[in-house]
Formats: sequence, structure tokens, C-alpha cells
Amino acid sequence: MTNLIKLSAADLSGLLADRSVSSVEVTRAHLDHIAAIDTDVHAFLHVARDAALATAARIDARRAAGDVLGPLAGVPIAIKDVLATQDMPSTAGSKILEGWIPPYDATVVRRVRDAGLIPLGKTNMDEFAMGSSTEFSAYGPTHNPWDLDRIPGGSGGGSAAAVSSFEAPLALGSDTGGSIRQPAAVTGSVGVKPTYGGVSRYGSIALASSLDQVGPVTRTVYDAALLHDVIGGHDPLDSTSLTDSWPSMAAAARAGLADGALQGVRVGVVKELAGEGFQPGVKQRFEETLALLAQAGAEIVEVSAPNFEYAIAAYYLILPAEASSNLARFDSVRFGIRVDPAEGPLTSERVMAATRDAGFGPEVKRRIILGTYALSAGYYDAYYGSAQKVRTLIQRDFDAAFAQVDVLVSPSAPTTAFKFGEKMTDPMAMYLNDVTTIPANLAGVPGMSLPMGLAPEDGLPVGLQIMAPAKLDARLYTFGAAVERLLEASWGHTLLSQAPELAPTEMFASEEGVV
Amino acid sequence: MKKAELMDYDKALELFEPVLGFEVHVELNTKTKMFCGCANEFGQGANTNTCPTCLGLPGGLPQVNAKAIESSIRLGLALGCEIAEYSRFARKNYFYPDTAKNFQTSQYDEPIAFNGQLTIELESGRLVTVDIERAHMEDDAGKLTHVGGATGRIQGADYSLVDYNRGGVPLVEIVTQMIEGGEADAPEIGRTYVAAIREIVKGLGVSNARMEEGNVRCDANVSLRPRGSNILGTRTETKNVNSLRSVERAVRYEIQRQAALLAAGGTITQETRHWHEDTGITSAGRPKSDADDYRYFPEPDLVPVAPSREWVEELRATLPEPPAARRKRLQADWGFANLEFQDVVNSDLLDAVEATIAAGSAAQAARKWWTGEVARLANVAGVAADSLVHPVQVAALIELVVAGTLTDRLARQVLEGVIAGEGTPLEVVELRGLVVVSDDGALIAAIDEALAAQPDVLAKIRDGKVQAAGAVIGAVMKAMRGQADAARVRELVLERAGTAQ
Repeated sequence: MTNLIKLSAADLSGLLADRSVSSVEVTRAHLDHIAAIDTDVHAFLHVARDAALATAARIDARRAAGDVLGPLAGVPIAIKDVLATQDMPSTAGSKILEGWIPPYDATVVRRVRDAGLIPLGKTNMDEFAMGSSTEFSAYGPTHNPWDLDRIPGGSGGGSAAAVSSFEAPLALGSDTGGSIRQPAAVTGSVGVKPTYGGVSRYGSIALASSLDQVGPVTRTVYDAALLHDVIGGHDPLDSTSLTDSWPSMAAAARAGLADGALQGVRVGVVKELAGEGFQPGVKQRFEETLALLAQAGAEIVEVSAPNFEYAIAAYYLILPAEASSNLARFDSVRFGIRVDPAEGPLTSERVMAATRDAGFGPEVKRRIILGTYALSAGYYDAYYGSAQKVRTLIQRDFDAAFAQVDVLVSPSAPTTAFKFGEKMTDPMAMYLNDVTTIPANLAGVPGMSLPMGLAPEDGLPVGLQIMAPAKLDARLYTFGAAVERLLEASWGHTLLSQAPELAPTEMFASEEGVV
Repeated sequence: MKKAELMDYDKALELFEPVLGFEVHVELNTKTKMFCGCANEFGQGANTNTCPTCLGLPGGLPQVNAKAIESSIRLGLALGCEIAEYSRFARKNYFYPDTAKNFQTSQYDEPIAFNGQLTIELESGRLVTVDIERAHMEDDAGKLTHVGGATGRIQGADYSLVDYNRGGVPLVEIVTQMIEGGEADAPEIGRTYVAAIREIVKGLGVSNARMEEGNVRCDANVSLRPRGSNILGTRTETKNVNSLRSVERAVRYEIQRQAALLAAGGTITQETRHWHEDTGITSAGRPKSDADDYRYFPEPDLVPVAPSREWVEELRATLPEPPAARRKRLQADWGFANLEFQDVVNSDLLDAVEATIAAGSAAQAARKWWTGEVARLANVAGVAADSLVHPVQVAALIELVVAGTLTDRLARQVLEGVIAGEGTPLEVVELRGLVVVSDDGALIAAIDEALAAQPDVLAKIRDGKVQAAGAVIGAVMKAMRGQADAARVRELVLERAGTAQ
């Protein structure tokens, strides 16, 4: 029998549609795999086994009854813990929300359910999406399926590890400065940050409101497109949600599989995102990919985006500023944990302070302090104000670049997956890991990461980032699908087929006996 | 709370010039809240009209209520403001448990309306023009109830309860420029200004405009400038002064208190102050400095509000006649003396009287009934007079009196019946059998009986002591159970006393 967990969502969709397999079978296969390996990977913070099987049975019954179901109905999905789910805890990786079950579903979760997908559980992340390694999760890090001693990227390391270790064919992520794309790059999976406003943020626990965007995490570009079609589109509950009508991303991805899809495509290489600080193997695979693209008829053009140099500095003012305000609501009054001060009176102010002290981790506190400072009277213009000007300049750089080319490309991350602890004590080194992905968030343009090989020096995945003009997410899928086909043809296999098999963890009772 | 040392008011004015400023919060009467779909209404259980957004739950996001924008623009226009072509919300960050998000979504440097003017008329006829700096939109906080203390304030309370039903209700905050030159009229300027705002929002229909329910709330800023100085004094901000009379009293109190303090060599602390309605004094609240750091920044969860000029002009065309002009017109039309007219205005009965007159009543009769018996009954019931009975019913009642069907006394009983829900005045008359007895035969029979029963009175009347007739009239009215016209009875008594001779 086919190994169901190795199939793409699109393939599963076909088998489910012609009733070769049931959703219960598919769901159980994934749940069993999670049970077997997740003790090692720790992609999940919560697995909803019973609920997932019950939902799958309902979808099977509806299909048997002849209901018309969407293409992904019956396909399992993992949900990043930043998204509100009314039947599962939603902690955003923070102690302060331990055990909190929201009274509502995020819009994207609602859409996923309405489309008949099967939520398997909630995936691990850096606390409030602050980090690039999941090491800042209050519930312990997620491990990279390619090397369990290495980080899976972050903040969405859980979602990326879940799809790349075949625990789920699909996952939802959120990307504020690269939290979908960088984990995709270091785990050999596909991740898309849609155009800002293309996917609803309602119910996504906010990190930085003007930068956050929910998007798909998958193993293939086409699967990402299918999921994008489910979650995208206007939501009246999100004021920043665009009212545009969107073309089918799945159709756009299929167009990329046509012969000659790359012919004449103008591909811009951002000079500023290919220079110093990039691991040799990352640069090598990037150069090779460009050569392949040229062979396939694409026109490679070097473009300059001079203000990208200031992107990280601007980002680390805007993000903490917005985060400091977004995280103010965690005050122990209405939800989440409540911690009383060790001594002294129990005023609301003192309980709030004690709760925030105990409930927030070090990176969250660091960014709240930074943001509070950046917004303070007398500093606002110099910090937040200047950062917003840089943001405008970066948007202009994108405009100028897209006047010359159809898409922009760069490595998705400067390095492959690093080892646990390597950057924990050096915030700047951690922040620099997002140098390639941050400009797209600042400008609101869509970005994708897909695998472009393994770095020769460490055998770990390297990602290609593709960026398109705002609202042209479809172009991303067409080009991305074409590049994916080109690369896989050159390798003769998918990248993830090269990942090590993860052996089921053997469970032992304590040698000293159990109580 | 101890009353502060106060300086005689006239003396205070001799030494200092009062400088005022007002922040008036108007609660809009939209169906739903400012930033979510929850009902904008109270009276349900605590925290029933709430959702992830107005509860500040993780992941909740705001959406702007279009009706609130419309109301704000109309209010801005009625205040003579310019309407911004591009306006943004901003976050005002501070931690307090009644503020679910721990920031208020307000407007900072890009308010929806700015640069307005409002001319008010004092009782003396003096016209004062108040410059409006801005009118901006924001959301209201929840309501805290402090339990366990003696005062209901947070000090001494055992615990506090918070109800977020009011959290997220749309407010427009109207901020004046400094008001100088008010001199001895300063307290009256405060009262008249707030009255004018209340009248405007009521006329626009954008707020229920009931101060006692907090629909219109006033913060009064007062400072004193020593005569001959051009340096402004330190101001205090007396919060939530919630009746017109209190605005006047609070301003006057602060002038006298600050004058006494300054004259004694003291300094004014820049602070908020609480107004105590019962004792008529203010007390220190929290220190407030211009350097209070709310870390304002543009609200990233909301897109800017950019009302088109066409829409603004459409809204301008919907504005009602300005209240001051309307008052002038109505007083002239009705021919009321100043005091009579003020009585109607102060009782908030302009609309009711106008509607009653429109339904056919004479102006004076309409005024008399509304400010008299209806107001009295409303006062007893503790409700607004115009919520007690419909103007059409009052007009019908007046018509019955004019026709002689009812005496004033009977009409009052009919009014009570109408208010009790017994029907229209005519229906109540029938139901209760309250028609005036205008059958002279029945009256004469009763009079003769009464005269026969009181021969001494009859004798007095015949002696020319006409006032003695009162006893007989009383007996007759009693016999008729009040359903007789006393003047007619008197005529008949005198007539019968003469005839009987």
C-alpha cells in the first residue's frame, strides 16, 4: 500500500476524491506518524487525535452522501499555535497563555474547517513568533528533521518541521519577518508569505500588526497554492484585508508546469541580498539555480535595492514598537495565567506585573522594552518615525526593481540550519538571519521559499526566495512551480526524498519503576 | 472630603483672570460599537455585549463602524469644523483594567474634525465664541465597580469588578481652544457651552444626549492668570462633571479654590480632580503632566479614514437648523417671554412643545401643560418628561379643556390615565366617566340641597358676604365628585341664593 504520509496534498486530494482512501485512513496515518516521531521532533504542542479522527469520519460520511466537497476536503493540516482555535489551546508558544482555549476560531482556521480540512493539532513556535529557531518557545524547541541537533528555523519551526517530517502534508504559518520562509528554507519545505492584506489576520495573535501575514507551509508549490486558495480573500473582520478579487493560485501554479513557462521571464537578483555573510554552499546553490533558470530561457538581471541595507534596523524598531502595544493586553484580567506577587498587596497593577514577569520569556521582554523605548516621547521621531521613512524607501526600491523585472530572487536565508544554542546569547546574530526575508514584510509584497538543494559542506537544505509585486501572488506560484519543476528535473527527485528517515522513538518506562 | 479654603468670588475675579478649556465626550448612539459588531446598549447582564475584539482577546482585530464615522463628520460640521481629507486612528497606550487592550484606540495628530467655532449666548445676552480645536473619535472604556469600600472609590475597596459592555462604545471627544476673557461669566460659559453641545448632538440625532446617563460627559480645565501677567497659570482638569449645573458650580469652585491657594502663596498642582455632586466640591485625583507619555503611534490594525469631499457635502446637507437659530425662531413664533422660553429650554421640552403646537394646541397651553403637570409627574417618576407621554396626546387633552369638556382638574386626572396606559384622553374620559357636568338642572338641584343644609351660609350670602358662598360651592363640587365647572357653580349659587329670598 502507498505510504500515505509521503503523498502531497494534491495527490491525497485525488485519492480521497475517487474514494481510493478515506480521510480517516489518511488522518490516522499522520497521527500514527506523529505518535511515532514527534517525541524527537517536537513539532506539535497539542495533537487533537480524537477530534481529528471524528472530523475525518464526518468528511468521509459527507463524501459518501454525495456532498460536493472542496479539493482539500479530508486532507490533514497542522496549525501554528499563533492562530486561535476554539477547540484547542492557543498559546503562541508562551507560558502566559498556557492552556488558554479561545472562545473563537481565527478566520483562516474557520476557512480551513469550512473547506473540510482536518486539523491535527497546533505547532510549536518561538514565543509570540519572536525568533528564528523556535528555541524561544516556552515549551521547548522543535528539532530539524534533517538533523535533530539543529534548529528548524523560526518562528514557525513547528509547522515547517511537521510538513518536512511528513507529520502533516499541509500547515498554516505566520510570517512577520520570515517566520514562514526561513523555516521552509532550513527544512527543505515550501512556505509562502502572501501579499499583506491577502489573508485575514483575524484570530492570529498579533506580533507586529503591520507586518504579520498568515500563509501556507507545504512540501510543494502546488500544495501551497491549493491552501492559499482556501485561506485567502477578503475578511470584513480584518480592516487591513484587501477587497480585491483574487485569481486561483492553484491555476497559477499549474500554469507554471507548462513547458516554456520560464521563457523570457525577467528574474531580478538583488545585489544587496547576495553579498557578504552568506554561507558558501548557499551561494553556490543560488548561483547554480540562476544558471539553470538562464538555460530555461529566463533573463537574469542584477538589480539594486540600496535601502535594503537599513531593513533590519527599521524592522527592529517597528516590530518591537507594535509588539509592545499588542502584548499589553496580556494582563491576567480576562484570560491566560495569573500570578500573584510573592509578597505585598494584591493590586491589579502588582498582579499584572508579576504575571508578565513570570509569563513572558526573555526575548519577549527584550522586545517589549525596546518597543516601549522606541515609542517614548522624545524618541518617537528618531526611532519609529525614521523607521517608517526607511520603510517607504524600501517600498520604492521594490517599485524600482519591479519596473525592470517580473520577480526578484535571493537565497531565503544566509545559512543552513544552525545548531541549538549557537545564537541564543547573541540577539544580533539571530536577527541577521532574517536579512533576506524582512524587506518583503516591510513592503507588504509576497514572498515564497522553495528548496534549491543541499549545501555541499553540511548536506542541509538551502532555500530560494522569490518575491513578486504586491497583489501578484499568482505570479509567485507560476514562477515558483516552474522553478520547482526545473530543479527537481535536474536532481531527478524531490529534495525531501533525501531527508533521513526518522525512526519511531521507542518508549521506555523508567528503569526505576513508575508510580 | 474637606472643603478647601475658598476666596470670595468677586475678590478672586479682581485678582485673577480665569482661563477655561473643555473636553466634552459624546457617546454616539450607533447600533453597534466603534470597532466591532457588539450591540451598543446596556441593561443586559455584565459582559454580555462583548466579543474577542472589545474584550481585547489575543487575535481580536478592530473594524471601523461606518455609521460612527458619519456621525462624527456630521457633528464636526455642526461645530463648524473642517473635515480631514485623511484621518487616522492612533493607539494611546496605558495600562488600566477597564481598558481591555491596555490601549485606547483614539486619534492623535490626525483627527477627523478640527478648527471649529461655536457661538453661545449667555443669559445676559452676551455672545461668546468658543474656538473648537478638534473633535476626534475614540472608543470608551469598560466600567469598574469597586466593591467593599465605604466610598465606592478604589481606595479602600476589597476588589473591583469590570464590565466591558461599555468598552468599545463610540465616543467623539470635542476639545476647545483656551477660552479667555470669560471673566465673571466663566462658570456660566461652561454651563452654556456644554448645553449647546448637548443641544447640537441631540438635534443631529447622533447621541441620546442624556448627561445623567453619561452620554455627554464634561472635563473642565480651569487655570487662573494673575491680573497684569501674561503667563498662564497651572490648570486643573475636573473630570466627569455630569450635569449642566455641576459644570457651572465646578468651574466656580475651582476659581475660588485656586484663587485662595495662590493668594496664600501656594501653587496649583497640575492634576485631575474629582467633582463631588453632593458636597459641591472638587478633590485631588491623579497628577497629570504634559509629559504624560502615552506612546501614541498610528493604529496599524486600521486603515486611514479618508472621507470623500462629495460625501462630506452630502452630510452637510443633512444638518438640521442650528439649535441657536431654531430657538430664536421658535420663541418669536410662539411669542413667549424670555423666562417662559428659558423654562421650556431648560426642561429639555423644546421638541415636545413644538410637536404639541404642531398638533393644534395654542403655544401657551402647550407650554403650561408640559412645564407644569407633565414635568411634575415626570419628576415624581424620575424620568424625562418627553418620555412620559406623546405630544399628540397632550394636544388632545388641551383640546378637551378648550372645548369645556374637562376642567383643568379633571384634565390632570385624564393625563394620569393616559400615562397609566388607559388610552387616548378621550378614551380615558369615557373609561373614568370624567366629563364636566354642564347640566344646570343637576347643578341647581345640588345647590338647593346644599343651601338648605347650611341656612347660616345662605343668610350670610344674602347679607352680601359673597365670599361665604365658598362653603356651598365646595359642598356642590363634592356632590358632583369634582366633575363640575366651579365658576359656573359659583354663578348659580349666587343666583339661587338671590332667588330663594
